[in-house]
Amino acid sequence: MSRKLTRRTFMASTAVGAAAASFRFPTPAIAQAAPFKLGLLTVKTGPLAQGGIQMEQGVQVFLKEKNNMMAGRKVEFFSADTGGNPAGAKTKAQELVERDKVDVILGPLAAFELLAITDYIAQAKTPLLSLAAAEDVTQRRPNPYFLRASACSSQAMHPMADYAAKEMKLKNVITISEDFAFGYEQMGGFQQTFEDNGGKILKKLWPPIVTPDYTPYLAQIADCDGVCQGFAGSNPLRFMKQYAAAGLKFPVVTGETGGDDALLHAFGDEAIGLVSCCPYTADLENESNKRFLAAMAKDYNVLPGFYAAGLYVNCQVVEAGLQKNGGKSDDKEKLMAALRSVSLTETPRGAIKFDHFGNVVGDFFIRKLEKTNGKLINKTVKTYHNVSQFWTYDEKKFLQQPVYSRDFPPVKS
Amino acid sequence: MNGRTFAMAVGFLALVALPYWIPGIYYLNVASQILFYAIFALGLNILVGYGGLVSLGHAGLFGIAAYATGYLLQSGFGHSFAILSALVLGMASMALYAVLSLRTTGIGFIMITLALGEILWGLAYRWISITNGDNGISLHGRPAPFGFDINSAASFYYTTLVVFLIAVVSVAIFVRSPLGAALMGTRDQPRRMNALGYHVWAIRFWACMFSGLLTSAAGILFVYYTQFISPQTLALTSSAEVLLMVISGGAGTLFGPIVGAALVVIVKNVVSGFIERWNMLLGAIFVAIVILMPEGLVPGTARLWRLAWRKKMSTGAKAEAKP
Amino acid sequence: MSTLWLVLAVNSVTFGGLLFLLSAGFSLIFGLMRIPNLTHGSLFMLGAYFGATFVGGMLGIVFNFWIAALIAAVVVAALGAVLERFLLRQLPGQQLAQVLVTLGVSFMAADFCLMVWGGDPISVATPPSLVGFLRAGPAVFPLYRIAVIVIAVVVAIALWLLLDRTRLGAMIRAGVDDPDMARVVGIRVSQLFTIVFALGAGLAAFAGIIGGPILSVYPGLDQDMLPLALVVVILGGTGSLLGSFVGSIIIGFIYNFGQAMFPELAYFVLFLPMLLVLILRPQGLFGRFVP
Repeated sequence: MSRKLTRRTFMASTAVGAAAASFRFPTPAIAQAAPFKLGLLTVKTGPLAQGGIQMEQGVQVFLKEKNNMMAGRKVEFFSADTGGNPAGAKTKAQELVERDKVDVILGPLAAFELLAITDYIAQAKTPLLSLAAAEDVTQRRPNPYFLRASACSSQAMHPMADYAAKEMKLKNVITISEDFAFGYEQMGGFQQTFEDNGGKILKKLWPPIVTPDYTPYLAQIADCDGVCQGFAGSNPLRFMKQYAAAGLKFPVVTGETGGDDALLHAFGDEAIGLVSCCPYTADLENESNKRFLAAMAKDYNVLPGFYAAGLYVNCQVVEAGLQKNGGKSDDKEKLMAALRSVSLTETPRGAIKFDHFGNVVGDFFIRKLEKTNGKLINKTVKTYHNVSQFWTYDEKKFLQQPVYSRDFPPVKS
Repeated sequence: MNGRTFAMAVGFLALVALPYWIPGIYYLNVASQILFYAIFALGLNILVGYGGLVSLGHAGLFGIAAYATGYLLQSGFGHSFAILSALVLGMASMALYAVLSLRTTGIGFIMITLALGEILWGLAYRWISITNGDNGISLHGRPAPFGFDINSAASFYYTTLVVFLIAVVSVAIFVRSPLGAALMGTRDQPRRMNALGYHVWAIRFWACMFSGLLTSAAGILFVYYTQFISPQTLALTSSAEVLLMVISGGAGTLFGPIVGAALVVIVKNVVSGFIERWNMLLGAIFVAIVILMPEGLVPGTARLWRLAWRKKMSTGAKAEAKP
Repeated sequence: MSTLWLVLAVNSVTFGGLLFLLSAGFSLIFGLMRIPNLTHGSLFMLGAYFGATFVGGMLGIVFNFWIAALIAAVVVAALGAVLERFLLRQLPGQQLAQVLVTLGVSFMAADFCLMVWGGDPISVATPPSLVGFLRAGPAVFPLYRIAVIVIAVVVAIALWLLLDRTRLGAMIRAGVDDPDMARVVGIRVSQLFTIVFALGAGLAAFAGIIGGPILSVYPGLDQDMLPLALVVVILGGTGSLLGSFVGSIIIGFIYNFGQAMFPELAYFVLFLPMLLVLILRPQGLFGRFVP
């Protein structure tokens, strides 16, 4: 991974720390030729490295395709390893803003990392594009410098519930997901839409994030006609294996991480039949995705999933926003406004635009895991267009209800 | 003025003048982090180095002080109240922690503290009504001690430096005090101390309380620095990390934990910017320390220095002895 | 409801079997050398990764699952011997240095695995002869898990025979009871230590690959499994093989029934009992000495 060292300038440190990034000398016209500094907060050590490595691959593929140029400016790319914890995320965010003086930051990976830096980013007025799914950053506590081109936690689960109720005709579902905010928000979104469509959630199971053996929970899955899971990281692999080994045959539906294309090479036959809803699908047939898939295969010999594609799309958004702003990146407010007004049609995930909170409105794909020619693939069976984070709900009403949590919506029994 | 005092004076001056010679706000912030992690390590060292009690759950106590501060601020209380309450709560938790753990020593103590640390971590995840689970608690702003605004990097650094210096001096006083001597006695010869009439348990308990005070102070500084607290801070890896700071720097010495904290913070935050496999490098450094200076960086360096000095002296004497 | 209890009960025993395999090595090393081997999780993970690579096919050869497990165990045992001989042997009784070096090695091992095998999880295929289930009415028991408890029993018996019926075992027991006297009598305690550490490491690696079809292999596996090993050794008792075995089964029960019946306490379900045992009976349920 390229790492450019910039010459450090000796700086008297009396500047107000958090706003230091906005201390800029008046920019002469020649500044347009100055390199555009792009930072990435990712995780390259520890258990979260799985997604973090893929994130960086997505960015590298984009930069290579564009010859390291965005909107006519050379790109200086800074990659920072947060270690997957909030304090590390804060320190690295400060490193990118204060030491490397980046113009835009991509990442971080995890919701808790995002929450640790969201105030700092707003103070530093640095545009941040992240995959982290924490709902309230674009809902009840919106950050004006935040942009999310992937999905918030429940955004993929609303269409999944719609499909599960209407097309799969499921009526009684048991949900199981990790015992943390991402799990709550996903399952909450599923429950709300599923119950609106006449379905019923029988039970909600919450194994801790670190659960080597899911059997105590799997043994409680009975008397239903479907299971909704929201596992992330490497847990989906283990879950599906143990699910099949426990002899359970109910159809399983999941969200963007549970059936991620990047896991296809690791899944075994036990995952066949898994239905997932994701903002990205590798089998989307358009020019941009074809190019993206070819580049990922050539450079890294992998099938990309949600993380790599998400970062690639983020880079596209940054480039488009920069272009809209005339290639200028010194006035952060203007750049942010330009970024939020971006609307693209040629991305590996199809057409996207942003709502006024900075969250994406785009296509979500329902896929079924099948085996073709001896290989496992996710085959798209339905596409939901123009899905926003509020689904079909009225925005004001949605924001008045509390954020999806372990107890909201409650189980009606 | 002998060499050691001179070195300490230079160090002190360097620390006070740091914002003026350090190349950038980012490194100034790293320095602040080194200081409060050093306070944390000094607190742990009271037990590990001077008491011979290895605790693998100290991150839990660090976290309690941080969460208390965050929760009270979020509930609308003022900074002074939050800080004082966090200190009190931290020490009360330490008292309970000590009562439970001091029933054993050695490996049993390690295991009990590990279990307590894990339980506190689990509480941080599950007690959502107080801790907000893994979404954590965000802080907004810092206190203004005596009216000074400490929101800037430099002013926060000086605040941390003041607390750090107080911590170092208090640890130095503790070590030279009768309680400190008694504690080291219980580390080396617990049965003899008992026979001599010392109340070993009480000595250890008060050492725990002092450790708890330092740890809580470090936790409060941490949460004001990061402006965020979440369960990750109480994980086993965090407890292991601070323990590694103490051991690698030199347990049972005054400056060892400080050097250890600097080592870990610098590798994690600064070196990680240049070396991708910094985790492996950190592990390798620890292994190298064990091979070359198993007693820690500070005592090891002192020992090697004395060895080199003695060699120089003896070769000098030999040279003179030759006719 | 009774199906649930039956399934949980059987799973408690089988999960306990896996826990025994995981912790036997740790208990052995800790019981004999009094070293808290904090690399144990990493050795488990290395065994799982090596085993997964052999099973998946290396250099064009696809190994039989059991042979792959044995090879992985031997490779990691050799690594363990090197670790003991060159690093741990220099630090007899220096607990802090032992902690530092074992944690340092575990950092290096974790990063090494990330470098070599990448961040993605690896699925280990269940050996074809053990795919499928046993059915007892509505209750379903995966065949492979039943095989795991059988393997655990076999390993336990083998270890017991080794310790009780062989000369090596007698020397090990002498070394546990009184290392200085053992030296006086002419037993090469240092060599013994290396052998025991290698055996413990090999057991950990074997457990890793045996657990592979159930747990899969992923970065962070070491950190997830190490606390479990510690809980088993503490609860079951230090220095006692029987203690480790029975303790593992009991912990299997606590894990399964605890999580199913008290989901609110899922995070504490193992550490609360561990805390209670340490407070009330520090040597563990069957321990022979207080650690």
